[in-house]
This record gives sequence, structure tokens and C-alpha cells, in this order.
Amino acid sequence: MEIKKTSLNKLHQSNNAKFVEFAGYEMPIQYSKGIIEEHKFTRSNSGIFDVSHMGQLFIYGDESLTEELEKIFPLDLKNLKQNCSKYSFLMNEDAGIYDDLIITKIEEGYLIILNAACKDKDFEILSNLLGSKFKMNLDNNRSLIAIQGPKSVEILNSIINGVDQLNFMTGNWFVSDNQKLFVTRSGYTGEDGFEISISNDKAEKFVENLIEKGAQLIGLGARDTLRLEAGLCLYGHELDINKTPVEANLRWAISKSRLSNGDFIGSKKIMNQMQDGASQIRVGIKPEGRLIAREKTKIFNDTDKQIGEITSGTFGPSVNGPIAMGYVDKEFSKVDTKILLEVRGKKHPANVCALPFYKKNYVKGVN
Amino acid sequence: MSEVKFSKEHEWITLEGDVATIGITKHATEMLGDIVFAELPEKGSNVEKDGTAGVVESTKAASDVYTPVSGEVVDTNQAIVDDPSKINEDPEGSAWFFKLKMKDQSEMNSLMNKEEYDKFAKESTS
Repeated sequence: MEIKKTSLNKLHQSNNAKFVEFAGYEMPIQYSKGIIEEHKFTRSNSGIFDVSHMGQLFIYGDESLTEELEKIFPLDLKNLKQNCSKYSFLMNEDAGIYDDLIITKIEEGYLIILNAACKDKDFEILSNLLGSKFKMNLDNNRSLIAIQGPKSVEILNSIINGVDQLNFMTGNWFVSDNQKLFVTRSGYTGEDGFEISISNDKAEKFVENLIEKGAQLIGLGARDTLRLEAGLCLYGHELDINKTPVEANLRWAISKSRLSNGDFIGSKKIMNQMQDGASQIRVGIKPEGRLIAREKTKIFNDTDKQIGEITSGTFGPSVNGPIAMGYVDKEFSKVDTKILLEVRGKKHPANVCALPFYKKNYVKGVN
Repeated sequence: MSEVKFSKEHEWITLEGDVATIGITKHATEMLGDIVFAELPEKGSNVEKDGTAGVVESTKAASDVYTPVSGEVVDTNQAIVDDPSKINEDPEGSAWFFKLKMKDQSEMNSLMNKEEYDKFAKESTS
């Protein structure tokens, strides 16, 4: 299969991107400055991320669409206000996660942002569940640009006036350069920021404009270190079809009122796990010293029993040390529990720790 | 000091008397990206030509460091363990990895000179 390219591919090339294949797309892993500088620039200034490989699924319909979607997602969509976003999951009957996603109520229905590697399958699953009653469009004609970091609001507002009035996890349509853009205040870095849905033919010029105002392109490498410092899950690592939201320590994303009714796919399993507790749970892990424990590193207790596995591990540039997330048996999931990580045949000490590693700066209550 | 020689695993080596100083090349650091962790062999241990003699990790991945010659480890550079970013800053100078007392100096003969290595490095990336 031929590798896919986003509408910003040429711009990445002219900015000396190093490319990798990610979910069938040629994506920039880093630019000439490297992951650490890109990471720090995002934390202190404003980073631009091409996330056009992600799925933008528009589903159009009336109130019956809300009812149908409530059978699928563990969200109180009836009480979700227009232009408000929620983090959620597409699950199977056993509450195994097909994908994690952001769903926003828009005027005509819903916009769902899906992971690149999952989007086609998600579309198929949702089409089967919803039938042909609603118009669904996995929109390939739109790019998705994220701009993240403390200077992002000023930079983006100088191009799209009014975005500074958005609260975190809300969005709206804006007009810029005679073009309808859907902007949400959201992101995946632990910083204040925005995601902009824009038609492919306008994307390059839009990003060039952001660069002119002082923002810089950031690759997927720094996106990973940023999200890990923020304690955010990455599908295929912390989340997959064998993990449930309770095991992933994401029960905050499950609507309480919806759970008590127990009428969405996977609700029975989630209710059971909420009552009895999951046998393994996702935790933050800080190795002692400088040792980096990568994905698949085995976790042991002090009597040599394997108690879990790392799902993501790297060096956190803002934390200035190694960080990781992984799953451990329930009894080892308390903060400050001493654990051992097996790296290159030797066991190294580490501690279970609270997430996030890096404190967030989300904007709430602008208006 | 002898002419700098290079290995196919992207190490550089110089020889002074029978003590070799070994590090990784600038080209290697450019391939690795930001280095955030370094592990060195233990002083007094013996390492064999082309065997592993350490580890470097970038933000992306871990890579073994090999020794291009055999010998006894007589010194290691603690400064790069304490601050691995020094490896990106000065890979072919102050950020050397370890020093070996060589057993067989003829092992140097199979290594590349600068010109040969530059050509090899260029070809191995393209």
C-alpha cells in the first residue's frame, strides 16, 4: 500500500523534517532542532503539530442521533451543550477499547476526532451500530492542526479573532481568509492550546502564517514526550482492545448517571470493575536515577514476582529525568510503592507515582 | 597520539602508547538525536573486539555501544553519565566513553581512516 501524505508534507520537507511511517502516513518525527528543543519550545512558547492523519468524523442527525450515540458512548450527551467536547471511548461488550476519542456536539450533530490507526475500523463499527439513518462523513478533505503552548492563544487569536474566548474543551466555527474553520481549545501536551480543522487546500498557508507569528513546527517525537509528561494515554500503548477504561484509570471519563442506567455497550463490565476493582491498573512510574525503561519492560516486586509491564517510557525533558507509565497489579498501584524494572537483564528500583509528571496549564472560565 | 580510526558501528578510536580512547562519532549522534542516558563498561573489566561495551539512549530508543578493539577497561568518562547531553555537544572530543589497555594493536589495522569512514557514513544513511 502506498504511504499517505498529509497536506503539509511539502512544508515538513522544507523544514528539514525526519520522517517516519505512522499509521500508514509519512509523518515528521522531528525537525532539525531535535526532540528536546522542540519539547521545551512547546512548553515555553508555541508548537505546531500536524495531526491531519487523525480521523475527523462528522455525524449529522437530530435528537435521535444523540439517543443512538448514548447507546455507544458512556457519556451524558443529552446534557452536553452545543460546542462542548468530551473525552470518551469506543468499546466492545467487554469494555475493551477500540479507540479513545474526543466528541464535540456541533450544530448539526457531532464531530468525533479518532486515532489515525483506528479511524477506518471505527467508521466501520459505528456504521454498523448506527445503520444508515444518519449521514456520516470521515472527512479526508480537512486537515487538523494543533497549536500548543502558552503563546498559542495570542498567536492564533491574531489570525482567528475570538479564539481567546473559548474555554478548555469547547469549540466553535470561525471564519478566517473566507474559510470556515472549526477550532477547539484542547490538545495532547498538557499545555493550553487549540486544534484547528481546516480544508486541505488552505492548511499550508495557514501554518506558514502561524510560523510567521512565532510558532514552530514540532514532530511526533516531542508530541510523545509531551503527552507522556502530561500523563495522557496513547492508543496502542496504554490502551487497546484488552484494556478497559477502569483498568486504564480513566473512570473520570465515564458519566455517573449513564453508568447507573447501565445501557451503553460495555456498561456491565465497567460497573463490575468499578465495584470490585480491576486486577491491574495504569500508574505513573519514575525510575530512580537516569535509567529509561521502555515499553514492554517487565515490572517486579521485591520477591521477584512479575507484577506488571511498562506501556510507555522515555526521558521527560521538562521533568529532566526518566518517566514511564504501565500496568501493575492492583495491590502495587498505590503512590510511592517501590517496584523493580528489568532493563538489559538487571533489576533497577523505581517508584509508583502520581500523574501527571508535569502540571497542566489549561484555561478555564475565560467567560 | 595516533591517527583517529573509525569502526562500522560508528565508534572512533585513538591510541596513545597501548591505551586506546574510544567514543561514538558525530555522525552517530546525529542519527541518534538527543542522548539522554549513557551506560559505560566497568573499570577493570575485559571487553572483546566488536562486543558490547555500553549503551546510549536517545529520547527515541536505546542503542548498544560496541568496542572496535579488545582490552581491559582502564578508565571511563563519568562526566557523560552525569550529563549525557555532553555526547551531542562534543562527541569526538571531551565526550569520550572509555579507555582500554589494548591486547593486540594489530586490531587497529582493520579499522577505517577518516576519509574511508566519512564515505561509509554517507553511504549508510542514503
